[in-house]
Amino acid sequence: MNKKKITVAVSGLNATDNPGPGIPVIRALKESEYFDCRIIGLAYENLEPGIYMPNLVDKVYQVPYPSTGSDNLIQRIEYIHEIENINVIIPNFDAELYAFIKSEERLKEKGIYTFLPALEQFEERHKANLYNFGKKYNFNVPQSININSISELYSVEKDFTYPYLVKGKFYEAYVAFNIEQAIMYFNKLASKWGLPIIIQEFIRGTEVNVIALGDGEGNTIAAVAMRKLYITDKGKAWSGIAIDDKELLEITEQLISKTKWRGAFELEIIKTNNNKYYIVEINPRIPAWVYLAVGVGQNIPEALVKLALKLPVEKYTKYEIGKMFIRYSWEMIVPIEKFEHLSTFGEL
Amino acid sequence: MKLKSNLAISDNGFIFDPATGESFSTNTIGLEIIQLINKGKTDEEIKNYFLENYEIDEATYERSYLDFISMLRYYNLIENE
Repeated sequence: MNKKKITVAVSGLNATDNPGPGIPVIRALKESEYFDCRIIGLAYENLEPGIYMPNLVDKVYQVPYPSTGSDNLIQRIEYIHEIENINVIIPNFDAELYAFIKSEERLKEKGIYTFLPALEQFEERHKANLYNFGKKYNFNVPQSININSISELYSVEKDFTYPYLVKGKFYEAYVAFNIEQAIMYFNKLASKWGLPIIIQEFIRGTEVNVIALGDGEGNTIAAVAMRKLYITDKGKAWSGIAIDDKELLEITEQLISKTKWRGAFELEIIKTNNNKYYIVEINPRIPAWVYLAVGVGQNIPEALVKLALKLPVEKYTKYEIGKMFIRYSWEMIVPIEKFEHLSTFGEL
Repeated sequence: MKLKSNLAISDNGFIFDPATGESFSTNTIGLEIIQLINKGKTDEEIKNYFLENYEIDEATYERSYLDFISMLRYYNLIENE
């Protein structure tokens, strides 16, 4: 079969100990039986390992952080598009999703397609809104409350027993066993990620995860359940295994059906000892462990690109249970000229 | 007593629970017990098998067997009765 030639821009090339999903997404696209992908890497930092990894990106462009303004980022994308004729962009960072969701129509007019959740979907699953999300769609979620000052920590004691979780707006969470710890974590997270801070009931159990893809019409196109086997000190999965948990997949299908979720996402769920499932986080993008899904038979990035380009896509109905992924670290030797070129010209 | 039906048990004594992703290793004696349970043998039949085939007194066997079964229960490898 002649593969369809397309150009896909991918961010998240930071294959570090806090890995972005870019590299596994690129690997998945390179393995596509349907597409022949030219890959444009979008890098925020000039030391993101994916920039220099062989046979993955065809061209890399530096892009400005979304924090400098969405317009700067999108203008840069438009500039890259003039040269590269991008068909699809897969943004892989939480921080850039808002800019790409807001600019979906603007990009589409130029011929650049995305397949992202609607702004309302993006907002309502936000950490700070998760409790209301659970109530609205009838999912078990831990009780949580958003606070903006240390004094509020004293008043939450009537509703929350220790230990509870103190979570940053975007990233990081700590378990607080007393008020002193809670204050310390509040300060640490507030200075790093800003307010509010989320206080969340601590659910005891095993963390399980699902990667899934919804078509925006309420249908599940792909879903793979995974349990982390080895977790780094940053809380990232260094190893995981595909599991057969029908209830987990049922929850995923329900979520997609009820919210008409559009795009890929990751569910973080705690399964308690008495088999209750609590959604603790919904990440509205492809997670870094996506290559496990590819390895067990569901090429989610390929399916996402098909959806973005409005091509027919078949629902994946099964995957291989018991396959594992194990990450590793690896030193590349890189000539300074490459680094110099990227640093000087913003592209490589 | 029944082991969870979806467990994958290899001839080497490697046990994989596909629902949780957990895996365990047992020695040959543990594997024999598991295989006997899977054949539907009762506690009494399993005891007779070991007393006939191994040099072990009943008290030691009972203690070891109960220990092993409670471990299977602890790791949720037995169907809820």
